[in-house]
Amino acid sequence: MARKNSRPEVSRRKFLAGVAVAGASATAAKAATPGTTAADVKRLPAAVEPMAHQVATETAVPKEMPHLVGKPNSDFMVDVIKSLKIDYVYSNPASSFRGLHESLINYGKNQLPEFITCMHEESSVAMAHGYFKATGKPQLMLCHGTVGLMHATMAVYNAWADRVPLIMIGGNDLDASKRPPGVPTYHSAQDIGALVRDFTKWDDMPVSAQHFAQSMVRAYRYAMTPPYGPVLLSLDAGLQDAPVDDGHLYIPRYVASAPPHADLNALREAAKLLVAAENPVIVVDKMARTEAGVTSLVQLAELLQVPVVDQLGRMNMPNTHYLNQNASAQNLIRNADVIMGLECRDFWNTVNQWIDNGEEHGHGNRESRIKPGTKLITISSMELNTKANFQDFQRFQVTDIGMAADSEASLPYLIEAVRSAIPSDKKAAIEKRGEALKKAYQQARERQRQTAALGWDASPISTARLNAEVYNAVKNEDWSLVTSTGNTSGWSERMFKMDKHYRWLGGSGASGLGYGLPASVGAAHANKALGRFSVSIQGDGDMMYAPGALWTAAHHDIPLLTVMHNNRGYHQEVMHVQRLSNRRNRVASLGKTAGPIGTSIDTPNIDYAGLARSQGWWAKGPITDPKDLGPALKEAVEVVKKGQPALIDSVTQPR
Amino acid sequence: MRLVRCNLRTLGLAALAAGLALGSSAALAAGDAAKGKQNFMKYGCWQCHGMVGQGSPVTGPKLAPDPIPLEAMSSFIRNSRRTMPPYRVEVLPEADLADIHAYLSSVPKAADYKTIPLLAE
Repeated sequence: MARKNSRPEVSRRKFLAGVAVAGASATAAKAATPGTTAADVKRLPAAVEPMAHQVATETAVPKEMPHLVGKPNSDFMVDVIKSLKIDYVYSNPASSFRGLHESLINYGKNQLPEFITCMHEESSVAMAHGYFKATGKPQLMLCHGTVGLMHATMAVYNAWADRVPLIMIGGNDLDASKRPPGVPTYHSAQDIGALVRDFTKWDDMPVSAQHFAQSMVRAYRYAMTPPYGPVLLSLDAGLQDAPVDDGHLYIPRYVASAPPHADLNALREAAKLLVAAENPVIVVDKMARTEAGVTSLVQLAELLQVPVVDQLGRMNMPNTHYLNQNASAQNLIRNADVIMGLECRDFWNTVNQWIDNGEEHGHGNRESRIKPGTKLITISSMELNTKANFQDFQRFQVTDIGMAADSEASLPYLIEAVRSAIPSDKKAAIEKRGEALKKAYQQARERQRQTAALGWDASPISTARLNAEVYNAVKNEDWSLVTSTGNTSGWSERMFKMDKHYRWLGGSGASGLGYGLPASVGAAHANKALGRFSVSIQGDGDMMYAPGALWTAAHHDIPLLTVMHNNRGYHQEVMHVQRLSNRRNRVASLGKTAGPIGTSIDTPNIDYAGLARSQGWWAKGPITDPKDLGPALKEAVEVVKKGQPALIDSVTQPR
Repeated sequence: MRLVRCNLRTLGLAALAAGLALGSSAALAAGDAAKGKQNFMKYGCWQCHGMVGQGSPVTGPKLAPDPIPLEAMSSFIRNSRRTMPPYRVEVLPEADLADIHAYLSSVPKAADYKTIPLLAE
């Protein structure tokens, strides 16, 4: 693992410093030629005078940089990466993986994977996150194992909480006797995996080329076995640079693991409860990993004529189907006698409600949403890979049947069990339930439309109108709503006809800001090859965490329509501080802003269109009159269809 | 970040019940709609209910058009023990609330959604 003694006598760091000094020296020499005045020379900065050892370095005849004999390990590493057919490596460049970087773009010809230049490691991870959700293919992220990985951590936690796989490689200079002094030593650590071990599935530190090959394929397999998750390899810089010294290196073949389905006896018991129930409800969240999951869920729902509440961690149940009963969720759960939760992030909060009213010694009230005796069933893969520190597992909820398994893999077995359990004399009652749900679906749709008409012409633009206008602009394309950040009160799910898995890719996972823009760029990158039109609704606060992702989209010709939900504030916090002010019987101090001090993003307002244009985007705005939004969106759609990113800055109501 | 949710039906019924209970008390003075619009922003009502009181399915019910009677509104916001944080009279004086109510009463009715092409589809 040690860095080999193959270093040139003139180190890279000294070489670079020397170049700068030599350049400055040449300038000084020129300025001091006959004809220039003493004053001219005096004005030269003192820093141009080189130290004696620097002069010696530059004037001595350098030894020829030794060439590597044979192939570097990093070339073999690229062969391993290519065997996994990874499309892209999202990365901000860094010296600790320069060996692998060089091999990727030269030996690997920058294809499969192609290097995508990112401006922050958090963006790199979020782009890989978005790419996976559009394609189902994990991507590679390269970073400094210390400072880069520290930058990346929030996005890694989002990926962990969202059960999204990605493969990270963190460069590291392990051998203290060989590593360059100064900055590279700051950028080295004994155990970089410790930074993210609480929210990654697995990590390793290969110590040989063969070890790398095994660990890379293992990492890919672990990441891609449900429940999915991010994985990390710590990669020594010396190991990358060293020549291949093993004539028997091989690349293990990747074979995917079958996802774990639920115990068949438990599924039969669940089927019995569902069939016997008068008012069963299915609640889904991150259930559908693929379109096949959507198909299975629709099949199960239709078999039982059971209402489905989709919490939209993914697009699980088409909202064009009458059994999608999100609009009636609270009543359905209140009246249910059996509730089955599939991959719910927070099943406790599905069957209970917490009221943030300061009671119970400031902790708020807890109320049950269900009637006594309601039977609860869960299938969740999250229980298969839970860690202790970060609390993404939420409050504990007792269930009658709990299955630690992948829901999508389990549904075909559950469907068979339900089919077998339905007695012939039950079919009429099931059909009647379906008829009532059809009627409720239509009534709810009309109610929602009338609610959307409230504030329709308001300025700033209502979130209902924002979503209606955006849907209208993209509805004739094969669109995918890749992200929606900033909270538009659920109007996306009401306005967009979501009939396929890729119509909606879900949220960030852990609600860490800085996800929306880079994740939408990553998803749009994937959708470009799939011929889909990518659109995102972008919160302003979230945007400002990672605006550099704008440049990546422009640089790599990634078509994406970004529509700002610019409510000029961190609005969740606007409401929180207001709530606490009221609870404490104080008038909230606004200072010079619209919301309580510290929560607004105004005075001055940010010019998001200008920000986007400065990084190569077509952009328009700010738009405050709702009548101007439709025409602007029409222009933007044409730009995106030509292959470029476009942004509309729409100034919106808070929620 | 926590989600803030309201039980819309509970809020509405509680407010209505409180208003009926106060029906015999002296009527609150009518307010000034222009001042009410400023107060609606100043006291943060817009944050959960939108700038024209249109409401949000997530954060707070619609307040306009056709707000509940001023007495009911006053009773509810002074005593709320639900997600809606209470506004005591020391924070939101009665006269300022009356102005807010006047503003909400001035908000025009929404059009029938069937007359709005994007919603009629």
